[in-house]
Amino acid sequence: MNSVLLIDMVLLGLAVIVAIGVISVRSLLGAVMLGGIYSLLMALIWQNMNAVDVAFTEASVGAGISTVLLVGTLLHTRRDTNQSPAIHWPALFAVVLTGSFLIYGTLDMPAYGDPNAPIHTGRVKELLGQHVGKVDREGNHHPWKYGSIAEQSVPTDEPVHSYPPPRTHAGDDHAAAAGAHGHPEDDFKGHSPNTVTSLLAAYRGYDTMFETAVIFTAGMAMVLLLRRREEDA
Amino acid sequence: MKDQVVLRVMTKLLVPFMLVFGCYVIAHGELGPGGGFQGGVILAAGFILYGIVYGKPELHRVVPRRVVDALAGMGVLLYAGVGVWTMLLGGRFLDYSVLPAVDYGAAEALGMVLVEYGVGITVCTVMITVYDMISEEGRS
Amino acid sequence: MSLALLEPSAASFLKVASLAGTYNYALYVVLMMIGFYGVIAKKNLIKQALGLGLFSTGIFLFYISMGVVEGGTAPVWRTTDAAHLLKDPGPYDNPLTHVLILTAIVVSVSTLAVAMALIVNIQREYGTIEEDEIRAIENAEHPGEDVL
Repeated sequence: MNSVLLIDMVLLGLAVIVAIGVISVRSLLGAVMLGGIYSLLMALIWQNMNAVDVAFTEASVGAGISTVLLVGTLLHTRRDTNQSPAIHWPALFAVVLTGSFLIYGTLDMPAYGDPNAPIHTGRVKELLGQHVGKVDREGNHHPWKYGSIAEQSVPTDEPVHSYPPPRTHAGDDHAAAAGAHGHPEDDFKGHSPNTVTSLLAAYRGYDTMFETAVIFTAGMAMVLLLRRREEDA
Repeated sequence: MKDQVVLRVMTKLLVPFMLVFGCYVIAHGELGPGGGFQGGVILAAGFILYGIVYGKPELHRVVPRRVVDALAGMGVLLYAGVGVWTMLLGGRFLDYSVLPAVDYGAAEALGMVLVEYGVGITVCTVMITVYDMISEEGRS
Repeated sequence: MSLALLEPSAASFLKVASLAGTYNYALYVVLMMIGFYGVIAKKNLIKQALGLGLFSTGIFLFYISMGVVEGGTAPVWRTTDAAHLLKDPGPYDNPLTHVLILTAIVVSVSTLAVAMALIVNIQREYGTIEEDEIRAIENAEHPGEDVL
């Protein structure tokens, strides 16, 4: 039980409490403010998980723009909801059933932080130039001894830590012909230390282009839905 | 709200820093956490603060509606334009390595920088539009 | 796998003990289900939109926690002049998950913006944003017609 895990559990507990508050408070302004608090707690949890870009985005977009948007909507409507019965039992039953199926499905997943998980030994091994857990550069198999929370029946070999990533430039050993760089490793051998931006702009460049188009479409939709009334008034 | 001295003075002091910080986050997206989305939202937050404190006519005087609408499209056009530019230079769509730079790594960096500027412009203007459309004047 | 849970053997003990290693996924499912309850049980449209946002952030948490390595750090290259200060640098977390969630967060706020514009229009049209009141108004105006 190290400090990172403790902070994680405390923040997650707070997030669950705030989430229950968002759903159950009667005042809409209170729910919106608790939603902003929830977004900030999410940003802290992601920072704790070393996801710095995601934390930045959630803090600015989720806690900033989302709260502005919801409070602006509250200007047009009532500030509170009707008195509703405390618990909606059929919905609670459906939710508990779905949740138990989902938790049953997650029992098969690799443990949290396991370096032998398929996500760390597949494509990202080539992209980041690091070898974690299962197979090192010489091809030896090293199972991970999972001693943090529970013991599993694995052989007790020492895990292989990763090496610093290779900092070669793309022009060193690849074909000199322009346009012959379909290999995604070139995205990582450029001048950008932030691998998340490098992936976002180059490796998943199509996704980002259409995401920008989605944002533009959302702006257009807001204008089309709301501007007509303003020109009448 | 502009007859409250504290709000007016603090807004005038804070807005330049917010705008510069937003541009900083967009420009340093490759070197650390940041990028187009985060920086665009911070830029928009500067304008939105100005609009909240000084009122919407003042915000429309500073950033006219037509400029904001046009810039929203320009961001997507810049992104797709970089892709078409790489195609015109002989590579594939959004293949940054054919852009004119010192070596392939620098060409990738150039492509990523242009693309992040496009994303930042679109995100900033769309967030200003969202605030503009959703807020209402003169209601208790 | 379901039968293995019922058999009293070492394999079933390991399957149950694996919850100790995957308890965090169970907590994320709890967050998702709180949002899901908000969507299906609440009558106010803004509450439903907030519940959808809770559901989305639960899914993002789930996704990002899959990319975490024990002892890992943020996926930004360490510069070469600082690397000599670290005795054992340790691995990087997987950046692919961060990229997909960045896109998903921004798309979810765009969807929220359009949803809010629709809610404002519904308020202007019906005078209320409670689902049961809207249904009553629609049934009063168009009796017998299946509207919502």
